[in-house]
Amino acid sequence: MRRVSTNVLVIGGGAAGMAAAVGAAERGVKVILVERDDRTGGVLNQCIHNGFGLHFFREELTGPEYAERFQKMLTEHNIDTILRGHVWKPLFDENKVWVITASGIWEISYDALVVTTGARERPFGALMIPGDRPSGVFTAGLAQRFVNIENRLPGKRALILGSGDIGLIMARRLTLEGMEVVAVVERLPYPGGLERNVQQCLVDFDIPLLLSHTVVRVEGYPRLQKVWIAKVDEKFRPIPGTETPYEVDTLILSVGLIPEVELFEGSLDIHPKSRGIKVANTGRTNRNNVFAAGNNVVIYDLVDYVSREGFMAGKHAAMFVENPDITKELKRVPIKTGENVAVLSPYWFEPVEDLRLYLRVSKPMEDVILRVKPSIYEKRYERVAPNEMISLTIKADRVSEETDRIEVEVVTNV
Amino acid sequence: MKVVVIGAGVVGSLVARELVRHDFDVTIVERMPDPGMGVTRANSAIVHAGYDDPPGTLRAELCAMGNSLFQNVCEELGVEFKRTGSLVVAFNDEEKKRLDRLVKQGEKNGVPNLKLVERNELLTMEPHLNPGAVAALFAPTAGITEPWMLAISAVENAIKNGAKFLPETEVIGFETKGGRVRKVITNSNSIEADIVINAAGLFADEIAELAGVEHPPIHPRKGEYILLDKAVGRIVQRVIFPTPSEKSKGVLVLPTVDGGTLLGPNAVDLPREHKNDLRTTVEGINEVREKALLLVPDLPIHKTIRTFAGLRPETPQKDFYITAEMKPWGFINLGGMRSPGLTASPAIARYVVEYLIEEKFGIKLQKNEKFDPVNNRINHPTAGSVEKWDRLIDEDPSWGRIVCACNEVTEAEIREAIKKGARTLDGVKFRTRAMFGRCQGGFCTFRIMKILSEQLGVPIEEVKKSVDGSWVLDGHVRSDNT
Repeated sequence: MRRVSTNVLVIGGGAAGMAAAVGAAERGVKVILVERDDRTGGVLNQCIHNGFGLHFFREELTGPEYAERFQKMLTEHNIDTILRGHVWKPLFDENKVWVITASGIWEISYDALVVTTGARERPFGALMIPGDRPSGVFTAGLAQRFVNIENRLPGKRALILGSGDIGLIMARRLTLEGMEVVAVVERLPYPGGLERNVQQCLVDFDIPLLLSHTVVRVEGYPRLQKVWIAKVDEKFRPIPGTETPYEVDTLILSVGLIPEVELFEGSLDIHPKSRGIKVANTGRTNRNNVFAAGNNVVIYDLVDYVSREGFMAGKHAAMFVENPDITKELKRVPIKTGENVAVLSPYWFEPVEDLRLYLRVSKPMEDVILRVKPSIYEKRYERVAPNEMISLTIKADRVSEETDRIEVEVVTNV
Repeated sequence: MKVVVIGAGVVGSLVARELVRHDFDVTIVERMPDPGMGVTRANSAIVHAGYDDPPGTLRAELCAMGNSLFQNVCEELGVEFKRTGSLVVAFNDEEKKRLDRLVKQGEKNGVPNLKLVERNELLTMEPHLNPGAVAALFAPTAGITEPWMLAISAVENAIKNGAKFLPETEVIGFETKGGRVRKVITNSNSIEADIVINAAGLFADEIAELAGVEHPPIHPRKGEYILLDKAVGRIVQRVIFPTPSEKSKGVLVLPTVDGGTLLGPNAVDLPREHKNDLRTTVEGINEVREKALLLVPDLPIHKTIRTFAGLRPETPQKDFYITAEMKPWGFINLGGMRSPGLTASPAIARYVVEYLIEEKFGIKLQKNEKFDPVNNRINHPTAGSVEKWDRLIDEDPSWGRIVCACNEVTEAEIREAIKKGARTLDGVKFRTRAMFGRCQGGFCTFRIMKILSEQLGVPIEEVKKSVDGSWVLDGHVRSDNT
């Protein structure tokens, strides 16, 4: 076994991890980044469409271009990157992990750890859809990998379940590559992905978006032949008599992402419902020297947000290395969800850093006030919807020292 | 003497392996690409203690005997078997009385250490159990296993000891002469045979008919299941049954050998022509969920990673249908292998060779001196120590390349599975548990396809999920010429 030590260890080399590594390295500490794939960049590598970087770089990039910017920064900062490395059994109490690689097993000791493991796609099996179990059912990410990285098509005619961004992007992508996409089906009464993607990926290509519908049965053996969809009521129950068959050989699923946190269960606080790791605005978890950022904390709309939070987590990990005593008098103010807030991050506010809030409302609403209580911040929005994440930054000094609880609510403007 | 075994489910596979202990020339014919992909693949994976069936039946006799042989056969074949014990739970006095009857029946069947446990002890043993339970029958000899692996490993071991395995081969007829079976005709060849063993599961009646042999009609009884992620943890320690009904043992909650939790099955009788009907249904999954929640109210159903269905081969008679035919001589039926068929399978293997072949057919058994009972399971380094794993990587770096991150399966394991006979994604999945975890192959399917393509020397478009027609990819995005 090879033993090495580092100031900051980053687990996961996607958007969050690359930014975290850079954020830490910029402060001059030693950083090691572990990535399980053949290259850094994570899912960005297969997102060959553009639309990335408008916030972070103020220009529009493709996924690989966006990743390349960070890959350059990794090189510039001489960050040691372990590729095809799999973290096995993190030993939090000893501040070390084992990393499995083709060159042997590495025991890496760290002063501070940043966990940037991203998310995985919800698989078909989790949906409990009745019917056969044929080949031809793919998650959107796997289909995207087939098409964009490996140059292979998953079939001839596809139906897409779920209107998350990757589902919308894949509808366009498969159409451009010669597959017929018969419909995108969404059980909610509004799309799951960004409005701009609905326009550019579906409307522009005449692909129908069937809202308040879901897949109720799959048929075919050994390969998928037919998918039955039906209208659903407000509780997502299929309405009898509305079943319609679609003859397709491919079903693509874009039905949500699940934070990849199983490695840390029992050691880090995980939100029981969202499954995200609970963090402060510094990225710090319930452990003083462990930080997390990216889609394993909350599922973001934009990679720009992920990079920003990764960067922050890396920076604060480095600050902990510089002065572990900063956690001795660490003040943490809990942040609670108020009315109409379905998703909210971070979980705590540490006054050493500005408060960047990310939230999703629980339903589409018009003319609302977003309020951060007690009397910290207020903003009016003409229109809000769950598919568009709201992001805002509040200066640290706007939160008074006596504040012991922050609450975020979105209410109708009266 | 030439023996053809039709069907490489857990029964056919173990019979074939028992045959090669002796001087038989054995050929195993299987319609699927791998052993254990029919009835064997989708059932509760339980090794029963043996109290369910009335004394005097073959089921009762072979189940109790199979249970006592199970440990040894699994050790030899490198198959997981955990003697977790089982609990049959009663929720009222009426059910409790039935437990008394089960105890008596079990004792007559020779099941050891059966015990009635009262409510308090029961809830200490299984804290997540519905507190409405009043008592339970505890059978410490029951256990859990991985049936497909038992079939796969038994076939691998039979091959190692001289048997031939013909996957993706279907029997379409027989040639009989002089009152004896002479040849088994398949869709691709004809195989000389002195003895034919019909272990064709759901299709055993149809195979018998092809040979002109009587067999009770088989109809499929569907059972649907819900599998929860291993991240749930051990919510139950043992196999939990409700008090059984006439028709079935009911919906169970049980741990799986790799740490998941399995719920099911329901029981729906299907017409004879539905022998390939593995569709799950809304009603079925709801029934399983509701009944499982009655046993264990706080099951986290939202942690489901898969729902699936299996079929049991049912006959009108309430017993296995095991016969050694004299007309044509040499034809053996092993039919109606529903529960406890898996438990009984090691005992059936012996029964066939030592009783039907030796005594009924009067064939003197000649020991195969070179028989090696051991089949090494593919090494799974995450199960061992870090030092051991590190040494493996020194020998071959592919032990250090994780392909399936959820179940921590290395490239070396995938390659080993292909060497041992995997030709498809399912072949790799069932041998290594890659793609079996919480992401269900989202991250690793393509890597595994690449390894299969490379090692089998076929284009990646020809890599299939399982049987012919289960294609995964439909060709290039653009032509290769660009």
